[in-house]
Amino acid sequence: MATTTPTKPTAASASGSSAAQGGRMMKLGAVGGAWLDQRVSGAGFVKFFARKIFPDHWSFMFGEVALYSFVILLISGTFLTMFFVPSMDEVVYEGIYAPLQGAHVSRAFESTLHLSFEVKGGLLFRQMHHWAALVFMVAIFVHMFRVFFTGAFRKPRELNWLVGFSLMILGMVAGFSGYSLPDDVLSGNGLRVVDGLMKAIPIVGTYLSMLLFGGEFPGHDIIPRLFTIHILLVPAAILGLIAIHLVLLVLHKHTQYPGPGRTDRNVVGFPLFPVYTAKAGGFFFLVFGIIALVSATTAINGVWIYGPYDPSPVSAGSQPDWYMLWTDGGLRLIPGWEFTIFGYVISLNMLIPMAIYGALLAFLALYPFIESWVTGDDREHHVLDLPYNTPVRTGLGVAWISIYVILALAATNDLIGMKLHLSINDLTWFFRIGIFVIPVLMFYVTKRLCLSMQRQRRDLVLHGVETSKVVRLEDGEMLEIHEPLNEYDRWVLVQHDDFRPLTAGNGVSSLRAAATSFFFKDRISPVTPAELREAMAHAGHEKHEIDALTGGDYTTPDQRH
Amino acid sequence: MKALAARRHHPMAFVVILLLALLATGGLYAALQPRSAQAESYSQDDVAAGEALFLANCATCHGTTGAGEVDAEGNATGPSLVGVGAAAVDFQVGTGRMPMQMSGPQAARKAPQMNEEQTRQLAAYVASLGPGPSVPDESTLDLANADLENGGNIFRINCAMCHNAAGAGGALTRGKYAPALGGVESTHIYEAMETGPQNMPVFNDDNLSPEDKRDVVAYLKALEENGSPGGISLGSLGPVTEGLYAWTIVLALLVGCTVWLGAKAK
Repeated sequence: MATTTPTKPTAASASGSSAAQGGRMMKLGAVGGAWLDQRVSGAGFVKFFARKIFPDHWSFMFGEVALYSFVILLISGTFLTMFFVPSMDEVVYEGIYAPLQGAHVSRAFESTLHLSFEVKGGLLFRQMHHWAALVFMVAIFVHMFRVFFTGAFRKPRELNWLVGFSLMILGMVAGFSGYSLPDDVLSGNGLRVVDGLMKAIPIVGTYLSMLLFGGEFPGHDIIPRLFTIHILLVPAAILGLIAIHLVLLVLHKHTQYPGPGRTDRNVVGFPLFPVYTAKAGGFFFLVFGIIALVSATTAINGVWIYGPYDPSPVSAGSQPDWYMLWTDGGLRLIPGWEFTIFGYVISLNMLIPMAIYGALLAFLALYPFIESWVTGDDREHHVLDLPYNTPVRTGLGVAWISIYVILALAATNDLIGMKLHLSINDLTWFFRIGIFVIPVLMFYVTKRLCLSMQRQRRDLVLHGVETSKVVRLEDGEMLEIHEPLNEYDRWVLVQHDDFRPLTAGNGVSSLRAAATSFFFKDRISPVTPAELREAMAHAGHEKHEIDALTGGDYTTPDQRH
Repeated sequence: MKALAARRHHPMAFVVILLLALLATGGLYAALQPRSAQAESYSQDDVAAGEALFLANCATCHGTTGAGEVDAEGNATGPSLVGVGAAAVDFQVGTGRMPMQMSGPQAARKAPQMNEEQTRQLAAYVASLGPGPSVPDESTLDLANADLENGGNIFRINCAMCHNAAGAGGALTRGKYAPALGGVESTHIYEAMETGPQNMPVFNDDNLSPEDKRDVVAYLKALEENGSPGGISLGSLGPVTEGLYAWTIVLALLVGCTVWLGAKAK
């Protein structure tokens, strides 16, 4: 109390003086705000956030979508916990779903059916929870690749990239632990895959599996354990990481796309209050509305069709939710390689896919550090890269996505085969070869496309927009009329960084020299001020000649009539 | 006994024992083999009309006697139809799979080429080639007293691995597939179990009793009747179509909102 007493008058006077200056926010705050402020002294805090500037761009909003779907997950999940019973005790189903009446099912399965068919709004909440989970992961992926392709992970945001990466992994864990809970055949098959993957780990695998399942698979413990993981551990970890993610976002300030007046030292945009509070608040309800609409109209995970879990059946078309598909794809592609050593089977057909998954994730997590090591760039970046200005990064990102997509498609090979009337064997071979060939092709094609776009934009800066109007001079020479870019548009095209390969020696290792060569060997040099001056002078000269002939009237003959 | 023992090394003893063993096996098989009653009786006219139809439409592949046909390279163009029974004909011809439209990994369902009468006549002819399962009668397919839970259990354990838990169909090797079961007539589902068409295993009355088969049919019909309580079923193909839906339609809606909110005020 002794410390708060002297600060109170200053806080009050500070808010009073700014109110006198007539800030929009403070006028609102004055109505009862002083009363509250004298008790919690939050004015400075509110003022700080109200004046926080955010740049405006549609691609910046996918993180928000993820956040909002998480809120929807918490709300709908809370509803579900009131009815779901996480127990594997066997009961006889006596609910209203006729085709399963009399079946021996677990309490978890029974309560899921009860929730779906007998609790009012239960099925809607289940579907909202599941659709929100799919949207949560979609939004995380889109957000992550927006950040990747625009270079928003560069200093000072490397750690926040890692936080986001961890959120993506936790999202997968949350999703997996969640769809395993109803104890239906499909989710049990998924758990069996996890059990198999664990048991493939040499030496400790069997112990790990026994530890997780409380004995031999499936045991009687896994559902209660997953329940605790799903509703307590993982959401708590996600909440904590979201908090860190957002605190770091506030500390770093938001990145912005290049534009006139935008630098690494400012943020150009609108204040949080009132613009973004309205936009973000409204956006939450839009996301909520979309998820509610989809959940009310579209079925998801009808566990009564899959039936109660029984280790013997595996239905055709058994796949995990989309964000886990890629982990199934590797298992479907790998040939059945294994060998025996000292009487122990080493299942390469499990270990190799797991190593590949680990490598893919590690590449993603470590990319900011790899790139900063290559470029040696230690500056802070708040202005984003346009993806075509970083051809190798963009190419690597597209190659990564192509591997991910091939793995996901490989996990759906049976459905593709059935629906497109293709042989599943041919598809498997196509993906087996494709996973080596397609990423390389995608990298190369993407990189060349980026370089072409750079070349085209370089040309645009130097020569302006071609108007398709041609003037013939008296000596027969043809000149096309070019419309010069305005300064604002030109700035976006000339502001980017230029990196060159390093040569080994002088403290540069040969590895780093090779890496810089890989990244920057093929480069289109940005327009230099000298080049721009020369081009402008040339354009001015041409314009002079054209104007002398046309008198500044650029209308074509057919327009004149 | 002694005389018999003394001759046990006779060169012909092996042949005699072999003959006895064959007789025993054959006799036991003949006595115990699963034989479904020929419920429907066909007239001689049916058989004659069926034979005419058979010669005109089926003999190219199955041979003029229905014993199958082999091409110049020794590959079977059509299997022998001796003993497949009327049920097989009713299924294959009744669902339009036979006569086959074109060669391929398997005969696809199409609009039936034969009408009901012609199908019956063909069935009569094929049934006359050798005893086999007959077309199930109405009492067999009385679904009113069926045990749905039993049918569902059998379906999930024995059928879903190819046909999908929702009966939405599934892929097999080399372009073959288990077809979707929605909208298939009860009789045809029953006959498919009994005769094992194409790549399907045979579930004869000894390993799946007529009541069990009826329960499976009833379960499939109940699934169809229940529809999709949660809304659009997306083909009942599970998480893949759900994920695709999230990445296309739901994401498009969300991007629409972001573009709207991100647009500068005019």
